[in-house]
Amino acid sequence: MSFDIALRRRLGARDIALTFKADDGLTVLFGPSGAGKTSVLNMVAGLLTPDAGHVRVGGATLFDAAARVDVAPERRRIGYVFQDGRLFPHLRVRANLLYGWRLAAEADRWIGLDEVVAFLGLGELLDRWPRSLSGGEAQRVAIGRALLSGARTLLMDEPLASLDASRRGEIIAVIERVRDDLKLPILYVTHDPAEAERLGTQLVAMG
Amino acid sequence: MLTPEEWAIVALSLRVSGVAMAVTLPVAFGLAYLLSRGRFPGRSLVDAVVHLPLVLPPVVTGWLLLLAFGRNGPVGGWLEAAFGVSVIFRWTGAAIAAGIMALPLMVRAIRLSIDAVDRRLEGAARTLGAGPWRTFATITLPLCLPGVLAGLVLGFARSIGEFGATITFVSNIPGETRTLPIAIYSALQIPGNDDAVWRLAGLSVALSLAALVVSEWLARRGQDDRAGHVL
Repeated sequence: MSFDIALRRRLGARDIALTFKADDGLTVLFGPSGAGKTSVLNMVAGLLTPDAGHVRVGGATLFDAAARVDVAPERRRIGYVFQDGRLFPHLRVRANLLYGWRLAAEADRWIGLDEVVAFLGLGELLDRWPRSLSGGEAQRVAIGRALLSGARTLLMDEPLASLDASRRGEIIAVIERVRDDLKLPILYVTHDPAEAERLGTQLVAMG
Repeated sequence: MLTPEEWAIVALSLRVSGVAMAVTLPVAFGLAYLLSRGRFPGRSLVDAVVHLPLVLPPVVTGWLLLLAFGRNGPVGGWLEAAFGVSVIFRWTGAAIAAGIMALPLMVRAIRLSIDAVDRRLEGAARTLGAGPWRTFATITLPLCLPGVLAGLVLGFARSIGEFGATITFVSNIPGETRTLPIAIYSALQIPGNDDAVWRLAGLSVALSLAALVVSEWLARRGQDDRAGHVL
């Protein structure tokens, strides 16, 4: 069991509630905009504290309201690929990629910079600044940065949303390889049925 | 060029402002961070008090400093009892006045730059394994640094020009509290001293202009950096 999640959180006038379990593979969290999908990812990552429920990922309890467990985001080992890439603008691509790698314990580093660069085709980009990257390039760097942080699981929040249609195929192929070659469990948010159909091995509907 | 006495005035002014900035910068950053990120009761009161020196007549600020740091004042009495020091009529007092007068400008500039830091980048750093302190040191601080430096330069320029609060608080003592603006004022009191006034005033203009140019340049650099947030 990769994800065992039961969450409830009040945000303003909205009530976000979701319970699901999912096996390895790519689990699509599917629903219309505004259903609270991103908030669910933020709660799994530890960036937003649920009011109640639990978050168990890969057998480890990361949050449990009843047992008062709340692991800090920096110790959850969950890679988060944001919709907008969210690269650090004051660091070059190489430093962005290594940001989490440098902070990870030696034993947790299951992939190295050279491997990630080859896997994602980042060789030409290492000395560039984030602002000079195209959307697709930035998204590949963001995926590499998450892998290098020693993550055991990936969260992806509409990683294709800010890309041109022509660039989407490139990132879809990358995500499929992370899913199939690296066998990393992924929790993937989208509102696009075609994307859900193409990438998902399991589907969780929301909203 | 300048006479040795005039050089001494410049040196004193730079020392007063330098010390004032070294002490005020951490305070200004702390207050700016608190006002930008903090949510606590009395926040708008803190905001108002910090900005008070900007709107009060400087002579009132100087008088309040005199009350606080005087021998019988709450701060002055404590300094006297604990360390046996007094800042009244001393250059250290001039530095305090300069720091207080520069504080609001510095807090404003720094606060704007902290407001402009994309907090979602801090969240990204947390998911990559950085704790709150490391996130602050490697993400927040570098991203707001241009604004912090701009605030520092602006505060330095303001403190170099400080007159009203200083002369009220620590008077006009040659070699001790007679900083550049006070020296200009003193020179104006003596008839036929136009040359000295011209030289000192020219120096003042040059220092202020240089500070403004540097501050503008830093602020622009900060904006360029922020433009890079959008991918």
